[in-house]
Amino acid sequence: MVEVEGLCHWYGAGEMRRQVLQQVSLTIQPGEVVLLTGPSGCGKTTLLTLVGALRQVQQGQVRVLGQHLNDSSRKQRQQLRRRIGMIFQGHNLLRCLSAEQNVQMGSDLLPNLSYRARRDQAREWLRAVGLGDHLDKLPHGLSGGQKQRVAIARALAAHPRLLLADEPTAALDKQSGREVVDLLKRLAREQHCAVLMVTHDPRILDVADRLVQMEDGRLMAARVPEPEPAA
Amino acid sequence: MRAWPGLAAIWSQRRIPLAWLLLTRQPARLAVALAGISFAGILMFMQFGFRDGLFDASVTVHKLFDADLVLLSPRSSSSVSMAGFPRRRLVQTLADPDVAGITPVHWNLVIWRNPKDLSTRSILALGFEPGDPLFTDPGLTPKARVLNQRGRVLFDELSRPEFGPVAEWFRAGRTVESEIGGKRVRVGGLVALGVSFGADGNILTSSETYLQLLPNTPTGSIEVGLIRLRPGADPALVMKRLKDSLPKDVNVFTKQGFMDFEKDYWRSSTAIGFIFTLGAAMGFIVGCVIVYQILYSDVSDHLPEYATLMAMGYRLSTLLGVVAREGLLLALLGYLPAYAAGQGLYALVRSATRLPVYMDMPRAVLVFSLILVMCMGSAGMAMRRLGDADPAEIF
Repeated sequence: MVEVEGLCHWYGAGEMRRQVLQQVSLTIQPGEVVLLTGPSGCGKTTLLTLVGALRQVQQGQVRVLGQHLNDSSRKQRQQLRRRIGMIFQGHNLLRCLSAEQNVQMGSDLLPNLSYRARRDQAREWLRAVGLGDHLDKLPHGLSGGQKQRVAIARALAAHPRLLLADEPTAALDKQSGREVVDLLKRLAREQHCAVLMVTHDPRILDVADRLVQMEDGRLMAARVPEPEPAA
Repeated sequence: MRAWPGLAAIWSQRRIPLAWLLLTRQPARLAVALAGISFAGILMFMQFGFRDGLFDASVTVHKLFDADLVLLSPRSSSSVSMAGFPRRRLVQTLADPDVAGITPVHWNLVIWRNPKDLSTRSILALGFEPGDPLFTDPGLTPKARVLNQRGRVLFDELSRPEFGPVAEWFRAGRTVESEIGGKRVRVGGLVALGVSFGADGNILTSSETYLQLLPNTPTGSIEVGLIRLRPGADPALVMKRLKDSLPKDVNVFTKQGFMDFEKDYWRSSTAIGFIFTLGAAMGFIVGCVIVYQILYSDVSDHLPEYATLMAMGYRLSTLLGVVAREGLLLALLGYLPAYAAGQGLYALVRSATRLPVYMDMPRAVLVFSLILVMCMGSAGMAMRRLGDADPAEIF
């Protein structure tokens, strides 16, 4: 699904050149939920953008969904991104589109489907995230948790095999953050979709199949999270 | 839909109309954009309308003449500054075997007194022998008989109202008398010619009356010589023969050349054509600036959203297409009110100035093309902003 081997990455040029990733290696199996944690500025997000084919790989091997990303062209990366779902820290919904239309922007990426089929899928996804009553609402009419749930529906509507999420709970309170990650995990399981989630929210670490710690551009030992102590 | 399976297939392939939603979900911005585009369109319609109307109107009277060739003095520069030439030059053209008939015409601006409020205004006076054919419209000949009496004129009922309610009074059966250059004239009938930029009104008189009104006219001098050719004769060929045989104190024109000569005067010897074209250019530029501003800030405001779409796997060309469609929609939506307002304003201009300004197809297409260029050009400029949308930056 995802194979990263000896990945190094630098920002800037000349004297200002700064290494943010050092010899990172990581493998994610199909259907696995991996949480990536670590202090801010340690390179988590950079790793996410490299795996998400949003940046050109500089050094090391990256293989995502069977495709090598070294020396990939803009076009190849754009094509690959269609098969990767992305959920952002901010919900990043299109303000001028209703919830249903936002989700349909995801299903519109699927080839050979009629408008009606894509719209029906979008509605189906919104029902799956529990927003069946809010199809025609614009983003500013939804709460933070609801917006993030629309974003999840949008990411899943393109039938991705891999889902990347960058601090999806950062803007949410404890309860809605919990709901969002539980929902994310459940739907990803149903779709056999692997998840790589960056977070430093300690409240949600237990959803992970595997926890990966990162520090100063290096991956620390992975561990399986202990179940949350019953309150 | 069932009747056109091809269309239905295309219809089912459609996507979310993002360009339309981007525009319509911000009604205030859309209204500003449309107001700006419509304003630019209206400005262009008015300027082009005035310009073309001026050029068309400058030959309102020229068009009516029954002539294949026209003689003018080389010192004449336009209908408002006609110089005389010897009448015998016109007679000499009869020696050409292809010349079938001639009509000497006196042509000058004279001062007409409004019979109602006694104000004065300059009016174009044409003097001719009432028996001679002057206009292609045969309706003039019977009316011209009245001109055989001295001091009678035919008044152009399409003249501007400043000359007085001559036509109304005449139709009501009143005797309408006025003064030209201090000499009394009586309206003997009405004709319909039309005004031009050069002349706000027209009157027709006999040569005899004309010479009375303008006693300083040199004997045997006329301003315009109309020449009719035998059927089948080539006007260009005869024009060349006449030019070669006549002395250099006259110019020979075809009828079209006569009209072009007049139009060229207004086009080149005055700044009018330049001014109106410049006015239209200003409208175009103002429109460009407004549309560019709107589209540029629209793209800037939505830059994170465009970047999100790119991160989702949408092509840059798809997003460029969204901006292009916004430009196209703005052009279409902005043109419609401009067209409607143009129609209304043209009607207003016609009734206020009696200029022949109509919404013709070439001008409607020209203004639409300019608006399209304006919107698409601005969209193209605004697209450069899209290059700044880096999907890697949105995490």
